[in-house]
Amino acid sequence: MTEGDPLLRTGQVDFGGIVKTINLAYTPEARIGDYVLVHVGFAIAVIDEREAERVFEHLREIGELLDLPEQRA
Amino acid sequence: MKYRDEYRDGPAARRFAEAIARLVTRPWTLMEVCGGQTHAIVRYGIDELLPPSVTLVHGPGCPVCVTPVEFVDKAIEIALRPGTILCSFGDMLRVPGSRGDLLGAKARGGDVRFVYSPLDALTIARAEPEREVVFFAVGFETTAPANAMAAYRAKRDGLANFSLLVSHVLVPPAMRAILDGPDNRVQGFLAAGHVCTVMGTREYDPIAARYRVPIVVTGFEPLDILEGVLLCVRQLEQGRAAVENQYSRSVRRGGNAPAQELMSEVFTVIPRRWRGIGTIAESGLGLSAAYAAFDAERRFGAVRAQDDAAGECLSGLVLRGERKPLECPAFATRCTPEHPLGVTMVSSEGACAAYYRYRGVAAAKELVR
Repeated sequence: MTEGDPLLRTGQVDFGGIVKTINLAYTPEARIGDYVLVHVGFAIAVIDEREAERVFEHLREIGELLDLPEQRA
Repeated sequence: MKYRDEYRDGPAARRFAEAIARLVTRPWTLMEVCGGQTHAIVRYGIDELLPPSVTLVHGPGCPVCVTPVEFVDKAIEIALRPGTILCSFGDMLRVPGSRGDLLGAKARGGDVRFVYSPLDALTIARAEPEREVVFFAVGFETTAPANAMAAYRAKRDGLANFSLLVSHVLVPPAMRAILDGPDNRVQGFLAAGHVCTVMGTREYDPIAARYRVPIVVTGFEPLDILEGVLLCVRQLEQGRAAVENQYSRSVRRGGNAPAQELMSEVFTVIPRRWRGIGTIAESGLGLSAAYAAFDAERRFGAVRAQDDAAGECLSGLVLRGERKPLECPAFATRCTPEHPLGVTMVSSEGACAAYYRYRGVAAAKELVR
């Protein structure tokens, strides 16, 4: 990551093996090791790791509510 | 890749589909707004996992598809002028104007370059100060912060040979236009997760309240879309119409504040004509007065609105969710990606292109014409 002018701040983002320099002006909170959502060269969000689990929590609730047999995900 | 592969899990997808099937007591029609969602739905067969009483219709969220023909013509005109370089995202190159496309202009000697980011166009402008460099700025709210940054930096650095041909569009006015349509069949929306990552979710509250439609902000992976459908159908079955956020790993209620700040400095809300749909009030972004010097229309002449060519193509109906691609008699026969009749077959985010790519001619043959 580069520091200095916040509008010029960039970072190296690894897209499953392909590394690109991405502008971080819109994610001043981004830190090394974060996952970011990137669109046309700009990070527009830092992925919230706790919120990312919600869909799987919802799935577990559904499984209990519907009394479906537990399936291996 | 993390935050992708686990959202494509087959057994988990079937569990969501089972939960939806048990919930549904009546037929419901939902619209996914974004072309990226449409592609995931068709690619992974999500529509085929759903119970037959839940219908997904595809929305207008394909930026290339809704860019008016007169802007494509203007881009071509600029590209063919001596001393200019026209920079564009790659998916605009094959979009037909009234006489050919940007790829054709390039073949005729126009300097057309496709770029990954608007900042690449700035780099070209710095490297070639004797040429006029124009960036074709199309897209929804997701792309606007990037294009705003290009304009901001050009102004700050006094880059006099750079300008933008702006044809930006906004999602909420298009949703209202669809709901106001006399043939509307949409009862609930899966709103576009990336648009809401930038803008947040507040501007959808009045739409949900006024039209009594549930709006579920939804991501782009199969499990995201299935959870979005489940949340939306649950609201419909319970008679609720609220804004819900399925894509909370990326979307915050207020959106991305620094992005909105620069957008509101660089752009101003204007009426915009949508290809296949018509003019919608307050549905576009143009450069604000402070950035007027960087408006390509000032340098190369104003874009004049023109009517969409009448013809066999139903893309306007497809973009409003009133027809599905397989309901078009020309699909995969007289209209293919190699010989498209309209934009929804050209663009990588277009609904017709998605059906052609993932369902193909076999699907077309099963249809009763």
